[in-house]
Amino acid sequence: MSDLISEYEGKLPGIMLTEIRENLPKGASDSKIRKILESAYNEYKHARVSPGESVGLVSAESIGEPGTQMTLNTFHFAGVAEMNVTLGLPRIIEILDGRKELENPMMEIYLKKPYAAGKRVEELRQLALQIKETTLKDIAAEFVISIADFTIEVRLNKEKMKEIEVTSGKVVDAISKQLKGYNLRDNKDSIILKARGKEDSFNESYKTKEKIKGITIKGIKGIKQVLPVKREEEFVIITAGSNLSEVLQLEEVDSYRTTTNNIFEIEQVLGIEAARQSIVNEIFKVIESQGLNVDVRHIMLVADTMCVGGTVKGITRYGVVSEKSSVLARASFETPIKHIINAALVGEVDNLDSVVENVMINQPIPIGTGLPSLGVKPQKQAKEK
Amino acid sequence: MAVEVYLNSKLVGTIDNPIEFVQRIKEERRKGSVTNNLNVYYKERANEIQLESSKGRARRPLIIVKDGIPLLTEKHIKQLEKNEISWSDLVKQGIIEYLDAAEEENSLIAFFESELTPEHTHLEITPLAMLGYCTSLVPYGNFNQSTRLNAGSKNQKQALGFYASNFSVRMDMDVNLLHYPQMPIVNTIMHDISDYNKHPAGQNIIVAIMSYKGYNMEDAIILNKGSIERGFGRSTYYRPSIAEELRYAGGLIDQVCIPDKDVKGYKTEKDYRFLEDDGIIYPEAKVREGDVVIGKTSPPRFLSSMEEYSLASSTRRESSINLKHGEEGIIDFVLVTENEEGNKLIQVRVRDERVPEIGDKFTSRHGQKGIVGLIVPQSDMPFSAHGIVPDLIFSPHGIPSRMTIAHLIEMVAGKVGALAGRYINGTTFDAEPEERLRKELLSLGFRESGMETLYNGQTGEQYNAKIYIGNMYYLKLKHMVANKLHSRARGPIQLLTRQPTEGRAKEGGLRLGEMEKDTFVAHGASLLLKERFDSDKTVVPVCESCGIIAIKDNYKNKSYCTVCGENVEVNEIEISYAFKLMLDEFKSLGVYPKLQLESKY
Repeated sequence: MSDLISEYEGKLPGIMLTEIRENLPKGASDSKIRKILESAYNEYKHARVSPGESVGLVSAESIGEPGTQMTLNTFHFAGVAEMNVTLGLPRIIEILDGRKELENPMMEIYLKKPYAAGKRVEELRQLALQIKETTLKDIAAEFVISIADFTIEVRLNKEKMKEIEVTSGKVVDAISKQLKGYNLRDNKDSIILKARGKEDSFNESYKTKEKIKGITIKGIKGIKQVLPVKREEEFVIITAGSNLSEVLQLEEVDSYRTTTNNIFEIEQVLGIEAARQSIVNEIFKVIESQGLNVDVRHIMLVADTMCVGGTVKGITRYGVVSEKSSVLARASFETPIKHIINAALVGEVDNLDSVVENVMINQPIPIGTGLPSLGVKPQKQAKEK
Repeated sequence: MAVEVYLNSKLVGTIDNPIEFVQRIKEERRKGSVTNNLNVYYKERANEIQLESSKGRARRPLIIVKDGIPLLTEKHIKQLEKNEISWSDLVKQGIIEYLDAAEEENSLIAFFESELTPEHTHLEITPLAMLGYCTSLVPYGNFNQSTRLNAGSKNQKQALGFYASNFSVRMDMDVNLLHYPQMPIVNTIMHDISDYNKHPAGQNIIVAIMSYKGYNMEDAIILNKGSIERGFGRSTYYRPSIAEELRYAGGLIDQVCIPDKDVKGYKTEKDYRFLEDDGIIYPEAKVREGDVVIGKTSPPRFLSSMEEYSLASSTRRESSINLKHGEEGIIDFVLVTENEEGNKLIQVRVRDERVPEIGDKFTSRHGQKGIVGLIVPQSDMPFSAHGIVPDLIFSPHGIPSRMTIAHLIEMVAGKVGALAGRYINGTTFDAEPEERLRKELLSLGFRESGMETLYNGQTGEQYNAKIYIGNMYYLKLKHMVANKLHSRARGPIQLLTRQPTEGRAKEGGLRLGEMEKDTFVAHGASLLLKERFDSDKTVVPVCESCGIIAIKDNYKNKSYCTVCGENVEVNEIEISYAFKLMLDEFKSLGVYPKLQLESKY
């Protein structure tokens, strides 16, 4: 049996062969297996894209046309703790542009078995609170700069601290870790910062005051909001704000399923293949949420072009478009003068082997019927006599 | 607590008894001792009184009510009818006053006299006052959705009608005149007020609501050819051509005449064939596009010192007025006069009769516009037992989603009006009730539902369904296919790009745009795409050594390059002219676009 299947190696993709191998009924006769493989091979051949098919343009049209029907609204979760989600066209643009700063970064944190079951609700709540970022600003009642000796006094809000279970000692630890060059004094209900060595000027103290406001006291940096949600039989923590690398380090977190909607973070933490998949997932999620129907393969093609370079590149003049080999093609997309001047400076040659350039100069485009050409160069006939 | 008083948003003082103060202001205004432009608003929440007399506030007139009794009495109405008093007298007498949006907040306004209670301060003059002129011309408007009323009143503004009774001596630009315009059978009070019968804009016709072979899908309508032949929807289009004898520096002047053959830019003899000796066309001449209407020559444009001595300097320029592309008609009226500066001024009016054709736009008064989809011979139209044949067939699919109930009521009302020989009052909120109309229809010997048995005009068979049929007022709208139809296979091109010109007026091409191009690419129809974009293709000689466009001298059959001279290989390539232009622009930027030629095979 297995040698029958291995005969088709190279003809059919490996994943199909494994699938056939796994799903074959027990005791199937060789002739039947051959029949199955043969028809699988025919189906596969039939499904392949023919040479010269303009897949990119068909993808662009297939995504672009339903895109005209998408709404521009951001969608709101119903519930006590409301969370904003960018959906629709703005989100698609955000993904395709390859933006690093998202409008609404979000994470879905899946938990390991004992926590996910949600039986120990208190534990779940604790976990969620542990993840949520608390900055000094959140627990401080007041920041005071003394003009006499340019020290900064942070008066603490005791009630808030109790709520999230932080002591002033912990606060001092956190500040000293993240701020160098200052001596700290813990007065229990306030903390006093004094510059080490020479005295601060007023300007410097003001800058430091603004800086320490953002110091993380507790939780994971960037996670602004947490919301435990029951999804089917388990609990999932949805967060506003994202920090994949640190969340994955938590013991309770199921690192296999936890995701973020920030593609760049995925690229950094999990690599380019994961980023590619997450582009597909994120775009598909938006299209699905709008009730539209686009074949995944179009989206996969877009994700592939964004990731072929090994890093995620947006479909902008700085990203994918800047990689085009043709000067004319680049110039036809945004900032033409810049491209032409730069091309002139280095003496770039445009070989005119893509679509846009050939449309411009009115030559057959190398696609479809314009693709095939003679493979043999006819020799110049020797002049007769 | 003292109440702050603001006059035109400026604090002028405080007052302790606000209600009394406001009442006093109102009384003084009604008496006329204070301007009636002043409005007062007691804003209790903010504990302030706002007095406004500035411009730019929307105000509306209302009848003043005292103790539940309106101040406007029968006596006033009689006086008004006899023209003894006018509107402004009523305002002066303090019977009617204008309120702005702020003062309305302090008022209680009744819609009808019967609703009045002692608390009411004002009475609406008529509910119709909430509608504009065009909207109040829609009969039974209170049965329509408001969006349809908007559409209906917009449509009426585009209707052809009888715009001025002195039209025959006027020289208006682009005017349409409807033949045999009629007063609507179902009208509103606004038709009377505005003297609608002096400038009507539509015709009363018989409408059946049914499908007809699918030719009235998607808002299309079917017209009866017999009705058109009897004059339904005919109109005339008038367009003047104007020429002036302008004076130029040096005592030179334009001259209206039949241009001599040696005039610069002389057309052909045929083009001038309608001109009489004075250079002006004669009335009732049948003209087509390109025909000269007024012959005119102008002095040469530039009198340079060079030309002064040459023979050509005496040559005058041809500057005749001719009919533009797509225009035709009959010369209707010729006017020879002079303008303010005393120059000779000639105006020639062309008339063109427009018979309804497929593609013309018609509408009822309920925003139910549609385009003629088919013109059916009267013999093929459905007919009723009485032998009544509809003039127009309207699709039933236009009704449910648009909910224009008034459209249906107007049909019944029109039917009753036509049968009983009277006009029906369909004023919005104040119309003759539908039930009464239906009863009257029954007494006139028709089904009170308004439906009738119709027979297939082609086979004579009875239709299985009863067909809703009645009289309606239909309007012909100014959008006619004759003014819009356009196609082109070849024609004029632009000088700069060598691409086809744009727009119908210039006999332009129909652009195959960016997205349309994409469809060719998606189908892989590469060569077809190239052919479609061939409109500006050119063959240019290119120097093989420097890669810049060379020169080909067909006369000497020699090619040479302006940079490299004659001893280079020059080959011809086919590119779009737009690309050649782009190469030129590169050169002007100081960028050297070198073409490297390669064998195609």
